[in-house]
Amino acid sequence: MVQKNTFLLKSGLAQMLKGGVIMDVMNVEQAEIAEEAGAVAVMALERIPFLIRQDKKVARMSDPAMVREIKRAVSIPVMAKVRIGHFVEAQILEALDIDFIDESEVLTPADEENHINKNDFKLPFVCGARNLGEALRRIAEGAAMIRTKGEAGTGNIVEAVRHLRKINREIGELTSTNLEKKTKEYGVDVKLVRMVKEKKKLPVVNFAAGGIATPADAALMMQLGAEGVFVGSGIFGSQNPKQMAKAIVEATTHFQDSELLARVSKNLGAAMEGVEMENLETEFANR
Amino acid sequence: MKVGILALQGSFAEHGVVLDKIKQPFVLVKTKQDLEGLTHLIIPGGESTTLEKLLKKSGLWEELEKKIKKKELKFFGTCAGAIIFSKLGMDLQVERNGYGAQQNSFVEKLESEMFPELGGVFIRAPRFKVQKNSKILARMGNEPVLIEQDKFLTSSFHPELIGETRVHEYFLKK
Repeated sequence: MVQKNTFLLKSGLAQMLKGGVIMDVMNVEQAEIAEEAGAVAVMALERIPFLIRQDKKVARMSDPAMVREIKRAVSIPVMAKVRIGHFVEAQILEALDIDFIDESEVLTPADEENHINKNDFKLPFVCGARNLGEALRRIAEGAAMIRTKGEAGTGNIVEAVRHLRKINREIGELTSTNLEKKTKEYGVDVKLVRMVKEKKKLPVVNFAAGGIATPADAALMMQLGAEGVFVGSGIFGSQNPKQMAKAIVEATTHFQDSELLARVSKNLGAAMEGVEMENLETEFANR
Repeated sequence: MKVGILALQGSFAEHGVVLDKIKQPFVLVKTKQDLEGLTHLIIPGGESTTLEKLLKKSGLWEELEKKIKKKELKFFGTCAGAIIFSKLGMDLQVERNGYGAQQNSFVEKLESEMFPELGGVFIRAPRFKVQKNSKILARMGNEPVLIEQDKFLTSSFHPELIGETRVHEYFLKK
């Protein structure tokens, strides 16, 4: 009997993306540049987070026509974003037959209390998290992949570092003694927390996202234990997207090779302009 | 015998778990130097376009072509690995994402005399088209899904995701 859309198949696709770079793209031309540079997947969206920040308007799911065009143009997996809690946007993306849905704080939330019940869907979901409790709640709702929230569109890595370190620290702190207390605090099934305690790892793939702007940023997140990276504005918000994209792909693979990192970091032109956290009007991560 | 797993991108850690389970030591391969002395190389599932680019950039591609000509190395590849082999000289035609996008990924029981009850996890899998001079070790209906040809062994599915060890054990005896 053939089985489809099971959790094994959803989390399995995320496992195939490990060690890779997922790039935000706004049109077919950028999607082709991303694929040519060696991205493992593209995230189709109308405006990269950096532009969403600038224009301060409600940000929604992208136009299905644009998502479809990008899907036609590349052979690598295509992802797209829906607003937190907006399960109808997710239904629409599923009808477009893309490969992965990102329930993303970068878009304006549709529901301040509920995330999408991702177990209801055939497609796998990735969700953002700032800490272990948040990651586990998303996994309990059916997320097949987790990414740090970081702070998208800032070109500032500090929040992604904070979130990844926090998740890793909280995993390390789980013991038989505090298991019950932590389970209550996180508000999930004890089985899930026990699994994390035993494996010393989330039960799904964990990527870094939010603020990665240079090859060194990507390698930093990999050395801190991320299993791959999302780069949003860092590529198409930079001066030379083609070179930046290629350099970040190589840096993510060879993250421990400092000579290679030095070589690929040379002469890339200006990275995206970064923003200090205290100058931010909206912190996406708090959504 | 010295076994390596290509560790540029994809499910290399999962292949490592299978080798650990059968107590087979291995090295992770990221550079040309890592190929030294290898007798067996595993190419994991992943994105084949990404793997191909990283193989070429690191100089591994050229090295592998040489080793294939000299028949110095045995290869086992899952999913994306098959696509790489088809470009490295294995006589195999593959259709990328031949079963469709992610919603058409599936799990199915396979038919195999050598590996009874073999489970097939197919994720955006390639479809094997022509397989001249090949031994078909497992099928799904009429379709070949595990093929052996000279120094190559390759599957369109992922034994490494479900703790299946028999295919790896067979490869290591090659």
